[in-house]
Amino acid sequence: MVLDARLVAVRPGPGTPGPADDGALAAVDGAVHSWDLSTGVDGPGTRFVLFTAGCPLRCLYCQNPDTWTERRGVRTSVGDVMARVRRYRTLFDVTGGGVTVSGGEPLLQQRFTSTLLRACKAEGISTALDTSGALGVRADDATLADVDLTLLDVKCADPARYRRLTGGDLDPTLRFARRLAVLGRPTWVRYVLVPGWTDDVDEVAPLADFLAGLGVVERVDVLAFHRLGAAKYAALGIEEPLARTPGPTIGSLEAVRAVFRGAGLAVT
Amino acid sequence: MTTTLDQQSTTGSPADPEADVPDAAPDPWRGFQGQTWRDTIDVRDFVLANVTPYEGDASFLTGPTARTTRLWDRVTALFPAERERGVLDVDTTTPSTITSHAPGYIDVEDEIVVGLQTDAPLRRAIMPNGGLRMVKDGCAAYGYTLDPDVERFYSAHRKTHNQGVFDAYTPAIRAARRAGIITGLPDAYGRGRIIGDYRRVALYGVDALVAVKRRERAGLDAQPSLPDVVRDREELAEQVRALGELVDMAGSYGCDVRRPARTAYEAVQWLYLAFLAACKEQNGAAMSLGRTSTFLDVYLERDLAAGLLTEQGAQELVDDLVIKLRSVRFLRTPEYEALFSGDPTWVTESIGGMALDGRTLVTRTSFRYLQTLYDLGPAPEPNLTVLWSTALPQGFKDFCAQVSADTSAIQYENDDLLRAHHGDDTAIACCVSAMEVGRSMQFFGARVNLAKTLLYAINGGRDEVTGEQVGPVLPPLDGDVLDADTVVERLDAMMDWLAATYVDALNVIHYMHDKYAYERLEMALHDYPVRRTMACGIAGLSVAADSLSAIRHASVRPVRDITGLVTDYVVDGTYPVYGNDDDTADDVAAWLVRTFMTKVRAQRTYRDAVPTQSVLTITSNVVYGRHTGPTPDGRRGGEPFAPGANPMNGRDRHGLMAAALSVAKLPYEDALDGISLTATVTPSGLGRTREERVRGLVGILDGYTASGGFHLNVNVLDRATLLDAMEHPENYPQLTIRVSGYAVNFVRLTREQQLDVVHRTVHGEL
Repeated sequence: MVLDARLVAVRPGPGTPGPADDGALAAVDGAVHSWDLSTGVDGPGTRFVLFTAGCPLRCLYCQNPDTWTERRGVRTSVGDVMARVRRYRTLFDVTGGGVTVSGGEPLLQQRFTSTLLRACKAEGISTALDTSGALGVRADDATLADVDLTLLDVKCADPARYRRLTGGDLDPTLRFARRLAVLGRPTWVRYVLVPGWTDDVDEVAPLADFLAGLGVVERVDVLAFHRLGAAKYAALGIEEPLARTPGPTIGSLEAVRAVFRGAGLAVT
Repeated sequence: MTTTLDQQSTTGSPADPEADVPDAAPDPWRGFQGQTWRDTIDVRDFVLANVTPYEGDASFLTGPTARTTRLWDRVTALFPAERERGVLDVDTTTPSTITSHAPGYIDVEDEIVVGLQTDAPLRRAIMPNGGLRMVKDGCAAYGYTLDPDVERFYSAHRKTHNQGVFDAYTPAIRAARRAGIITGLPDAYGRGRIIGDYRRVALYGVDALVAVKRRERAGLDAQPSLPDVVRDREELAEQVRALGELVDMAGSYGCDVRRPARTAYEAVQWLYLAFLAACKEQNGAAMSLGRTSTFLDVYLERDLAAGLLTEQGAQELVDDLVIKLRSVRFLRTPEYEALFSGDPTWVTESIGGMALDGRTLVTRTSFRYLQTLYDLGPAPEPNLTVLWSTALPQGFKDFCAQVSADTSAIQYENDDLLRAHHGDDTAIACCVSAMEVGRSMQFFGARVNLAKTLLYAINGGRDEVTGEQVGPVLPPLDGDVLDADTVVERLDAMMDWLAATYVDALNVIHYMHDKYAYERLEMALHDYPVRRTMACGIAGLSVAADSLSAIRHASVRPVRDITGLVTDYVVDGTYPVYGNDDDTADDVAAWLVRTFMTKVRAQRTYRDAVPTQSVLTITSNVVYGRHTGPTPDGRRGGEPFAPGANPMNGRDRHGLMAAALSVAKLPYEDALDGISLTATVTPSGLGRTREERVRGLVGILDGYTASGGFHLNVNVLDRATLLDAMEHPENYPQLTIRVSGYAVNFVRLTREQQLDVVHRTVHGEL
């Protein structure tokens, strides 16, 4: 049996002093699913990605059902997270990376997430927040000021379909996007292409116009639906809702990308 | 002893070349700067005095000429038959020497750089000096019969390295070898891992080198004729003889290598002929080329500046050289293939790096070498090895990352570590073994099985598979649950025995290799005296580390058979795992490396070689695993080990970089022969666009290097591609992947090894 090492042992390194208020960071904790060092997919450079546990949405295409509930997480203090984050300073410096708080939905644990983002900024570490925006209202302006890059998942352009696809409402996400625009916060939008759900170019067009009009969206990542999380559903004994849905064709990916591009957005 | 150039050279002094060149031939050193290299054999000084560092990008490069493509097509047309039969052809009657074969050509009309190992492309030679049985078996494996006269001669009149070794092995060595706790030893095949400084032939010409060797030999005349001195005198005499044979062989191709090369073409040709002579003389486990690109760049730049050459012509020369390097073949046995798959030759070429004075040693020709992977398509050989420093020019970094993403054919070594420990004229032999070109060499020592050693510690020296007493008798561990402190204490004692037995074996092997299969030509291209290392190695590091971690942090119950032998383990609970940037687990791995090195250092070595070790398995992790029973980390019996210093497959759960940082914690000063990490990442795991992938990979390499990581093989591949290649090998003749320390054609691996590669952790995006 192998330990799913989460925030495993960290030997305090020389020359990596923590901030004076380490005690305060130790007092705030959250439910953490796992962490990862990733490159090129969760913001620029090589990043420490913290996956918080718990999400208000139940997207049909979700490939991380193990992050849905807080009780699947491990209570972890911001201080413990920062002890690990600090050892990747060199990595962040060399690669132009930083910390990405992802989930789950990080804003479900607003206090934990805000404290972590603040602690990173206090130490000059670049930050990103990966969110659906569904709980965007919970992030106050001060917290958003601590986020260098918001990775905003806009899951569907049509409100009715959004509800069927995610179990939540589209409107909070759009309102959150408008706030990011007002505050002038750099944003990358993620749009997952799910055949039969989000591949209607006529539906994408108004969304593209909306996003382009915000003026803060630096790029749109159109991602292909995949089923790499199938084993997780099986392990959890949960039926995989889109088990029979194929991945999108290159043609449909390119068609949707073309719509975003047509609105003047940078698309990958 | 210095290597001052002799003024009594027979055909002229390179220090004053014009004096003996009566015709109007150009001064071979015209336009070159610097002095020290003129006075002594010092190629490093020549390079530093004349290098033109290149800080730009890859936009100057050109594609292959029609002639290059035509010539390469003639070679690749031979590959299907070779792949099908295992070899294209074998010359079973002519034991190979530098001068044994008449000149051979791919296409005499179309070749620029000439010279083949035998009289026909891809036709393999026999080299019985290493061992007659290896040659016989090698022939038989592919349906050939060794010529009876050759067999008679090497049975009745000429002893081989292999015979010598087995005359002197002890029963303890034989038992350890048979049990597979010490394996892969070069006792029946050529040890390799020696890099002749082939550049010397181009820069100085053979006459000057002979003169220096004669003086070195004469310098020993005053010393009493005791064994060490007599051996050195004989070796130097043999070196001079080998250089003479090089002159003859080159002459048969119409090249007068007695004198220095006068043009870029001649520099390439002279250098290649020197390397070819080594390949004709030795079937070494790795026949590495050295660090030639920036040396040759000096000549290419001079001819480009003089208008004698265009960029297209420069690239064509490099492409032609690489066609020759890709055509190197050795006859080997199926047993050898099981250890080192895919017919590797390890023609390793070290590219890039920084000089001690802070300048980069990246030149346009560094780019040109990498460009061959586009001009000729991806290939495992030559083993292109980039010496990576965070200080490398951005344009070169980007090009390396792009070539890696496109071809998976490059390996990387940490130039900042290499430079600090070995200087700035260091090249890699084989996969990760650093040596200062022409100044140091190693006695290759394969590796011991550290995971099995741990099992011996638990079983009181008995082998867990056979039950045979192989190690020293220690009381077996009793009790229902293994106690960590006791296991560590026993492991310590078992490592003492292992290190002593291991180095004892290596001392025998290298004594006999020097005696019966001495690398005359390669050693002629070294300084005298040469620095030697005794390159030990360990396999199964992650298995041993995780096992110790499990014993310490979980509960491990041994399962015993009726004789009391522990044959399995039941693990309850969780434990910290190596490969997740978890200090608790990683410290165990570092402790193992440090502790075994300490024990190796305590041994006396043949010729006072300095002990080193590597953490490297190449593809032998599969064989090692097959011969090792269940281990306390929960690994099943027979399951492959992870390669090199890799975490166990699937146990690194926090991404490539976290695994890499764990590996980077292994102390390089206790593993100066190299620490290997092989990583496979999907394209989307590096970034969304081609530019992002390049930037992402550059970041990973910079981050790993800055963290003290030593070696990284990068495969940028989808698992689906590998699975498809297993089913349809005919569609992937050039699919190249990196396997700890070298590259192979995926389709030439055994099915078991292909599956091992497929099952390795692939870091991607979820």
